[in-house]
Amino acid sequence: MKKTFAGVLATALLMTGAACSSSDDSDGGTPKPGEKVELTYWTWAPNMDKVVDGWNTAHPDIHVTVNKQDGGDPAVTKLLTAIKAGSGAPDVMQAEYQKIPTLVSANALADIAKESGGLKSKFPESAWTAVTLGGEALYGVPQDSGPMMFYYRTDVFAKLGLSAPKTWDDYAAAARRIHTADQKQYLGTFSANDPGWFAGLAQQAGASWWGVDGDTWSVAINDAATQKVANYWGGLVQEGAIDNKPMYTPEWNAALNDGTQVGWLSSVWGPGVLEGNAASTKGKWKAALLPQWDAAAPANGNWGGSATSVTTQSKHKAQAAEFIAWLNTDPAGIKALAGTANVYPAAVDSSAALTAPPAFLSDQSDFYTVAAEAAKITKPFTYGPDVNVAYSAYNDAFGKAAASKKSADFPAALATMQQTTVDDMKNTGFKIAG
Amino acid sequence: MTVSTRTPRTASRRGRRAGAPYSFLAPALILFTLFMAAPIAYAGYLSLRRVKISGLGLGAGARTEVWAGLSNYARSLSDPDFLPSVYRVGLYGLIVVPAMLGLALLMALLLDAGRTRVGTFSRTSIFLPYAVPAVVGSLLWGFLYLPRVSPVTDVLGKLGVTAPDVLTGNWTLWAVANIAVWGGTGFNMIVIYTSLRAIPTDLFEAARLDGASDKQIAFRIKIPIVTPSLIMTFVFSLIATLQVFAEPMTLKPLSNTISSTWTPLMKVYRDAFVRNDVYSAAATSVVIAVATFAVSFGFLKLVGNRAFNQEDA
Repeated sequence: MKKTFAGVLATALLMTGAACSSSDDSDGGTPKPGEKVELTYWTWAPNMDKVVDGWNTAHPDIHVTVNKQDGGDPAVTKLLTAIKAGSGAPDVMQAEYQKIPTLVSANALADIAKESGGLKSKFPESAWTAVTLGGEALYGVPQDSGPMMFYYRTDVFAKLGLSAPKTWDDYAAAARRIHTADQKQYLGTFSANDPGWFAGLAQQAGASWWGVDGDTWSVAINDAATQKVANYWGGLVQEGAIDNKPMYTPEWNAALNDGTQVGWLSSVWGPGVLEGNAASTKGKWKAALLPQWDAAAPANGNWGGSATSVTTQSKHKAQAAEFIAWLNTDPAGIKALAGTANVYPAAVDSSAALTAPPAFLSDQSDFYTVAAEAAKITKPFTYGPDVNVAYSAYNDAFGKAAASKKSADFPAALATMQQTTVDDMKNTGFKIAG
Repeated sequence: MTVSTRTPRTASRRGRRAGAPYSFLAPALILFTLFMAAPIAYAGYLSLRRVKISGLGLGAGARTEVWAGLSNYARSLSDPDFLPSVYRVGLYGLIVVPAMLGLALLMALLLDAGRTRVGTFSRTSIFLPYAVPAVVGSLLWGFLYLPRVSPVTDVLGKLGVTAPDVLTGNWTLWAVANIAVWGGTGFNMIVIYTSLRAIPTDLFEAARLDGASDKQIAFRIKIPIVTPSLIMTFVFSLIATLQVFAEPMTLKPLSNTISSTWTPLMKVYRDAFVRNDVYSAAATSVVIAVATFAVSFGFLKLVGNRAFNQEDA
């Protein structure tokens, strides 16, 4: 009968497990002068330990230890478990923008407005809103942003006489052209695995899925802008002009590598992924702005991007805030973020650190000019306290739609996503408009 | 005098004796309480709680835990994804349990019949998949299932056969069941084989003298005698089926067909760790635990007498 309770047991064990892996900041209180402060930092950005080495060398009093995480989702799960358990959380935590309302709602992130409020001028408005949630409190300092960009295989485009699509109509035409020329080739895929990707595309179309008015939330996932995006992709999937398989699978990696996926609607961090997954296609890719709904009024969305936050369990809030300010606003920190951790720093004056294009696109000298343009035209977007619910509803509902390949199922999936999100918020007791 | 001196001694010895079993039981009881009873009780407690939001639900004190009565149970049972997941697991069990136990029994009988020359090798290689963790096994099979990376597709393609994409549509259930059968057959085979080896050989000699063939020996003697083992493996397989989790969870990112509530335990995982709603996850866990108890004990009750009578005979 032991196995009967595996599920229940796992929950309890995870909780005790998290409590055991407690950080070593239990000395408590304000340190005496000259005493060394130990901070732990949960992050999943590559090479962050090397970035932090730079800080540790220059700041012997505040020692930061990097604890590498698997990624945004598992790190949040671990953090929320540690918060519920009462101990085990790090001092400093990388938090994706869309997870901040969830974390704040669980009282996992400390308000550092007093310590870091002065950094406001160093960040674009959209990034700053994401860490303040539009209020007086400050729940982190923007670390990196992920303006979406379109990557395409120049050799395939040149062979068919195509140029980078300026509008979504161009994109659809190019997709049809490529698939007609070679039935095995696709310009892209609709991925039901990547809600953040779809949210970015909706953001570009002008959607903002959540909103706040006083103490009332509103949910607008099923709004006209997102419907337009869902219908567009449903049409392309139904006619078979693009693929319907999820991204980030061994299958998709192989397709990028063997030239059957010849385009990718991605983000500024795309070259790093392509380098890992499709190394043999190096030098054949180029980055461009996302295709537009209205070429006269270019817009963009974000996919990815995160802030650095202090957790409510940290006993060294001031020192943690000092480290965060260095990491995200000091020229040395920004340089290391861009050059070593390979993220696109959120700070506005990061252009000095971003001169040479990423190694995978070494021929495209204007890569960061395009990226800066993409970041500049990014539309504002508000995340809600149950992004996780909405995103998992996306996985399920759009998974079904993508599998059915019927265009009518796409707007239906969007309606399901809206319904699930609203129901969850109502059930939890949030005040919802409408 | 003698009585009064003897009495306390006897009493104290008796007291010591009475305490002895408990001190022997203590380690097991403590471990059971810490790692079984307490978590179960905690899950039961959580299943009756819920979160209450005040204001926008942001910052300290915005979330408080309150009693929820049975509302989590009501929500769990009325969730439109719950019944389909139960139904799916039922179908999965109909595929996995007979296939796995049938194969296990067949292989155990073949090995026991001594027809195979490389007995130890076969036994080990059949058992080996059981030693592979379910997640690793599922990843390996995942690679074999994905058309573009699968060597199977290549080979079939060379033969002019287009391999189906087994992670789509109705194939998915079979693809997941296949992994479970691959992973579980070896264990069940060993259990059945061990009890086959325990049968006294004079039974077979007598049967042979009476002119029974190998097939008749298998069906008339061996299978009836190992029935208790078959019942035990059946109950284990039933429980494993109700709790299927690792295989579909690992294949989920590779397929549009596997939703986050594909099996009841996946729903528990999603509620607890994706939606941060441990309360409703706890309620669903309790429902699954009760159902598992009911099904396994119900089955044992049904066949119990017969099985154990056989063993006595």
